[in-house]
Amino acid sequence: MNKTMTRLRQLRALMKKEILQVLRDPSSILIAFVLPLILLFIFGFGLSLDARHVKVAVVLEDRSPTAQSLYQAFASTDYMDALPAADRKSAENSMINGQSRAILVVPGDFTRQLSRQHRAKIQLLTDGAETNTATILENYVLGIVQKWLAHQARGQNMEIREVIVTKPRIYFNPELNTRSSLIPASIVLIMAIIGTLLTALVVAREWERGTMEAMLATPVRKSDMIFGKLFPYYILGIGSVTLCTLCGVFLFDVPFRGSVFALFLVSTLFLIVTLGQGYLISTITKNQFLASQIALLTAFVPNYMLSGALFEISSMPVAIRTITYLFPARYFLICMQTIFMAGDVWPLLLSNMFCMLLIAAVLFAATIIKTPKRLE
Amino acid sequence: MIHLHQLTKRFVKNGSPALDSISVEVLPGRITGLVGPDGAGKTTLLRILAGLLEPTQGTVSAFGRDVVRETLSVRRILGYMPQRFGLYEDLSVMENLSLYAELQGVPQSEQEKRFAGLLRFTGLEAFTSRLAKRLSGGMKQKLGLACALVKMPKLLLLDEPGVGVDPISRRELWRMVRELVTEEVIVIWSTAYLDEAELCDDVLLLNEGKMLFWGKPTELTSRLQNRVVQVRGIRGQERRSKLTELLREPDVMDGVLQGSALRLVLKEGASLPTLDSGTLSRVAPRFEDGFIEILGGMPKGESVLARQMRTVPETCDAVVAARNLCKRFGTFTAVHDNNFEIRRGEIFGLLGPNGAGKSTTFKMLCGLLRPTSGEGFIAGHNLLKSASKARSRLGYMAQKFSLYGDLTVKQNLSFFAGTYGLYFKRRHAAVNNMLEMFDMERYAATSAGLLPLGFKQRLSLACALMHEPDVLFLDEPTSGVDPLTRREFWGHINALVEKGVTVLVTTHFMDEAEYCDRISLIYHGETIAEGTPDALKQQVGTEEMPSPTLEDAFIELIRRSEVHR
Repeated sequence: MNKTMTRLRQLRALMKKEILQVLRDPSSILIAFVLPLILLFIFGFGLSLDARHVKVAVVLEDRSPTAQSLYQAFASTDYMDALPAADRKSAENSMINGQSRAILVVPGDFTRQLSRQHRAKIQLLTDGAETNTATILENYVLGIVQKWLAHQARGQNMEIREVIVTKPRIYFNPELNTRSSLIPASIVLIMAIIGTLLTALVVAREWERGTMEAMLATPVRKSDMIFGKLFPYYILGIGSVTLCTLCGVFLFDVPFRGSVFALFLVSTLFLIVTLGQGYLISTITKNQFLASQIALLTAFVPNYMLSGALFEISSMPVAIRTITYLFPARYFLICMQTIFMAGDVWPLLLSNMFCMLLIAAVLFAATIIKTPKRLE
Repeated sequence: MIHLHQLTKRFVKNGSPALDSISVEVLPGRITGLVGPDGAGKTTLLRILAGLLEPTQGTVSAFGRDVVRETLSVRRILGYMPQRFGLYEDLSVMENLSLYAELQGVPQSEQEKRFAGLLRFTGLEAFTSRLAKRLSGGMKQKLGLACALVKMPKLLLLDEPGVGVDPISRRELWRMVRELVTEEVIVIWSTAYLDEAELCDDVLLLNEGKMLFWGKPTELTSRLQNRVVQVRGIRGQERRSKLTELLREPDVMDGVLQGSALRLVLKEGASLPTLDSGTLSRVAPRFEDGFIEILGGMPKGESVLARQMRTVPETCDAVVAARNLCKRFGTFTAVHDNNFEIRRGEIFGLLGPNGAGKSTTFKMLCGLLRPTSGEGFIAGHNLLKSASKARSRLGYMAQKFSLYGDLTVKQNLSFFAGTYGLYFKRRHAAVNNMLEMFDMERYAATSAGLLPLGFKQRLSLACALMHEPDVLFLDEPTSGVDPLTRREFWGHINALVEKGVTVLVTTHFMDEAEYCDRISLIYHGETIAEGTPDALKQQVGTEEMPSPTLEDAFIELIRRSEVHR
């Protein structure tokens, strides 16, 4: 009884110390609240996988009203900006100069072919240096042409024979707004950095300033020392998740279909992993500069590349795909995207949470082994 | 009681031991000094006692508890003050105290009374809400002590509490620790200052991990009874060459300057040296003399520097001059109207408590800080108008080892030669010259960081001397080194001074101050006394204190200036 009381009081004193330090040293507050906002704005406003207002040079070799109406169809869409070009040569030049990303040629016999054979050719030249934009553009052009054809057909009471018609319907994000999936992904990346950085710096600081030596010489148990350190930063991390989520929902209009409880639960697990990772790093390096470098390198780079936030995991080679299982962000990402866009799908959430729990357990075992009771 | 039995600690397997089979029994009720230069193994021993390091071999127990196996139980009776005090900078005095009280499990009901007592004891009552980072060095040290004492430990370990702290704060700390020593308490005080050894009840003298002496300090000094003499009545200019001359005598084991006098330690059974001028008188031996005897006396042979260095031409009267030097940081005046002149071939000492303005003065004269008003001159060059010319006449040796630890000795020398504008043949010649003069050829390809302490010292001095400066600035040049290295260092300095080099030195170390021709004592940014070491001592001489030491003078002069304020 007396012993537990002493330990509880030690724990309270450690946490109080940590909270006071956080309040007086603005760097933790900056990391927990200002850094996420900056990153979220960069990701939210700067990063978009949608292609809009792509500049396309259009060469109309056929000046008939039909060709003109096709040109209008291109000119009136938001997805591309049609720039009329005099001939193929000047269009080519504009692409080489980077003034346009693609060239669309409507050949001189377009109307004739169309009325005679009910089929005609137009040419699309895209810039393979930007593969993503090129593919997206190809689909846009196809879509616009289809739509225009249908419109033409209706006007002339003609029938276009279609053998198989696909009617796509997109679940969870019907407008295919990439922001809706990018914001939860950004929160994952942000939390990976913040969580690791928070503890990486503070433990290394204790080593550098020599307070760790004084701490180790007191009768405090090392598990208490770790817990007393992590808990205040866990609270800070949860605050950070809350801030990011609120920004996502109210500023970026991202849907939030799951429950706050589920969000809290998955964030807790993820924070345990990242805070533990930071603690482990600083325990090993004992140096703030080194710890922050390693924290950024191990938290940001692999999670950025391998969590599936930006690059599809299923299209990775098997070896790399296997490595992705080691990073907690992968599981957190699935959970976050589910909670934001689909809702509380518990079987999915629970299985991913279990994986995070497993990683956390391994990390903590390593932290406890690596946290010295002595100075060596 | 602490039992150390055959205690050995190696950090590298099969490497040289940091502690080499130490066996002692430390008794309670006494202050035990753990004395030795940097790298002797003091901190390692304290950390083993605190359970922070595990010994490689041997056993260690405190009050019947095995420190390795029953670490937690030892820590419950332990008060440990690490070298940097272990304070949380962002926490206030009171918050630091209460943190350590809770961690040590001091019952809530007793805390208030305990804190009040400790605050009164340390004189920190008025500063309870001040953040630790805003405390002065002396106050931090007292708070560190208070935190270590919060649970009334039975074992109090203090790791160099006096380092970098001025003599006044040191004296106060000694008084406070003395008060704590009761029948049951063991206090272990580690220090690199050998004069502190004389204040301890028992001394464990360490050097390079080996125990050189264990016992009462008087046991060591009594071995040298009647073998220490003071030579007075030598003319000021001649005392340095006289010392060199006397050190050549086979019967003289050690010799230092003490203001205008010389202090000599004779070999066992040696007769008094014959002098053509001056008078001899026997003086009491000191702990340092004993240490030097154990180390085998001062190595014979003089500084080769004397032969190799050029003689500085006589260009101007005041090689270093400060005229109405002022420095304000915001509303705080760090240095107020400082005036002094240092003549060619003179050693001038800047002394003062922490925060008195020594470093600020020093930095202004190096051209590192711009004075708010007033001027500084080096070899006739105005530091404001032709700073780089002034700096080219200046050699600077920093307090801490500030060379590139990853570069070899030769690369360091070569780099510094380059920074002073020596290239090609001249650089090559200068580097080789330094390697030869300081006897470092065998270390030429060794990384500077791995050098033995004495050689690091030599290398620092060599780098400062590459360009044959007229003026040499030394910032606490020998704190933490063993007495032989210090003597060798000052041997070089004396040789340089003979060649006309002018030296400005700041120090907390009274032995170092004794080497100075003149001393300026700075307090609260103002010069409160200036003169030869002997003149300063005379100023405070009274009937109760007929022959005050320089430290007595330091403390008394500051006390008097406090009264006048």
